[in-house]
Amino acid sequence: MKNKYSIFSLIKNAFSYHENWQKAWKDPTPKKEYDAVIIGGGGHGLATAYYLAKKHNMKNIAVVEKGWIGGGNTGRNTTIIRSNYLWDASTGLYDHALKLWEGLSQEINYNVMFSQRGVMNLAHNLQDVRDLKRRTHANRLNGIDAVYLSTEEVKKFCPIINTSQDIRYPVLGGTLQRRAGTARHDAVAWGYARGADEMGVDIIQNCEVKGIKRSGDEVEGIETTRGFIKTKKVGVVAAGHSSVLANMAGLRLPLESKPLQALVSEPVKPIIDTVVMSNAVHAYVSQSDKGELVIGAGTDDYISYSQKGSHDIVEGTLNAILELYPIFSRMRMLRQWGGIVDICPDASPIISKTTIKGLYFNCGWGTGGFKATPGSGDLFAHTIANDEPHKLNAAFNLNRFISGDLVDEHGAAAVAH
Amino acid sequence: MFLITCPFCGEREQSEFKAGGEAHIERPKQPTELSDDEWAEYLFMRKNIKGIQFERWNHAHGCRKWFNMIRDTSNDTIKAVYKMGEKPPVK
Repeated sequence: MKNKYSIFSLIKNAFSYHENWQKAWKDPTPKKEYDAVIIGGGGHGLATAYYLAKKHNMKNIAVVEKGWIGGGNTGRNTTIIRSNYLWDASTGLYDHALKLWEGLSQEINYNVMFSQRGVMNLAHNLQDVRDLKRRTHANRLNGIDAVYLSTEEVKKFCPIINTSQDIRYPVLGGTLQRRAGTARHDAVAWGYARGADEMGVDIIQNCEVKGIKRSGDEVEGIETTRGFIKTKKVGVVAAGHSSVLANMAGLRLPLESKPLQALVSEPVKPIIDTVVMSNAVHAYVSQSDKGELVIGAGTDDYISYSQKGSHDIVEGTLNAILELYPIFSRMRMLRQWGGIVDICPDASPIISKTTIKGLYFNCGWGTGGFKATPGSGDLFAHTIANDEPHKLNAAFNLNRFISGDLVDEHGAAAVAH
Repeated sequence: MFLITCPFCGEREQSEFKAGGEAHIERPKQPTELSDDEWAEYLFMRKNIKGIQFERWNHAHGCRKWFNMIRDTSNDTIKAVYKMGEKPPVK
């Protein structure tokens, strides 16, 4: 039984110099057999395990992770959470996640520092203005709290933005979703891991999957660096490495894995209390609670698993940041890194069954999966437990690339994730 | 960030080039005969290999010609570069 985190447990542990805190999760040896195994111990994988145990009473399950939990894209993203997508299917998916975020800290008794500080998207040309207005209308029809802002309103909401009309890409307007915001990425992984562990889920770190064993069209188990694990259900949530795992099972996916970069500055006093995204010039920025500016850059256009991006991508983003926020011109960047993102042709995810019985994929989140973590886990758990998708992820099946029923968020909404 | 030897111009920075994805995907000879599955395979399904991959590149800010490359995607090292229509120098 886990001790509940509270102000009282904090005070109690202060007396023992915080040296006797209970372990948040165990370090189990893999059992020979599980009812289901989740491959990938990031936010999505751990959330899947949590909801499988909690809502579908599947407790004899494991999460296997090749490194340490939350060490992949969960720990590498810019933590933006929003649900202002264009299409009905996307809104359903991302707003389901946003609603779960709103109660998450209480539900898992772990402070994920969810902060609804608003996300503002800027328009820099006439087409942007038309697209963002269209998206705002579509959002409002779907019950999403989006509003369109004039240039003056943008300036009022975030005064440090340069709204001069003399710059190369002037700010012509923007949209705002006030319920959107950020959360602490590590806490999400750790909180779900702790919750899942309490319900009996085995979280097995440093355990790389080397093969997926099939008998005919059914899954039999997985080969790992810590031995063979027998199971009838395998849920793959491996982000950039999804294709690698699909290849092990003899499947092909419509994915390309590319490096996506982000960087943080030295910490400074509070200067920006919201998240500002700008697709046209590809720059987005927010400020962490530590005071660092968190800046997201773009993807490289070539396939790579090297977790390193190109310098010119960062340079392009910083040029745009400096034009929009001249106040940052003397800031120093502290750290820069890359993560490998799995991009779908329609820029929408896949949460789906496959042609192999008992093999499920949750992938294709591309550059914007963090925001969906709780929803993705909930819906993937439903899909695995019932062998049928939930109505909210039915549109995000693998078959859409055959039927042509794509959820085209790429061209239609021009959203930087 | 790495250097690429364009078969027409020589060694240049990668930022001069545009990646064109997986190479040697043949356009269907009789598109009208194709099933939905085969179309999906041709249009969307990719090997997306971690390791040695055959791919197309375009020298977009140079000679603007297309060519093929063999590259290790796990560490971005280039194994070979060859012109369109040529047989890959290694298997």
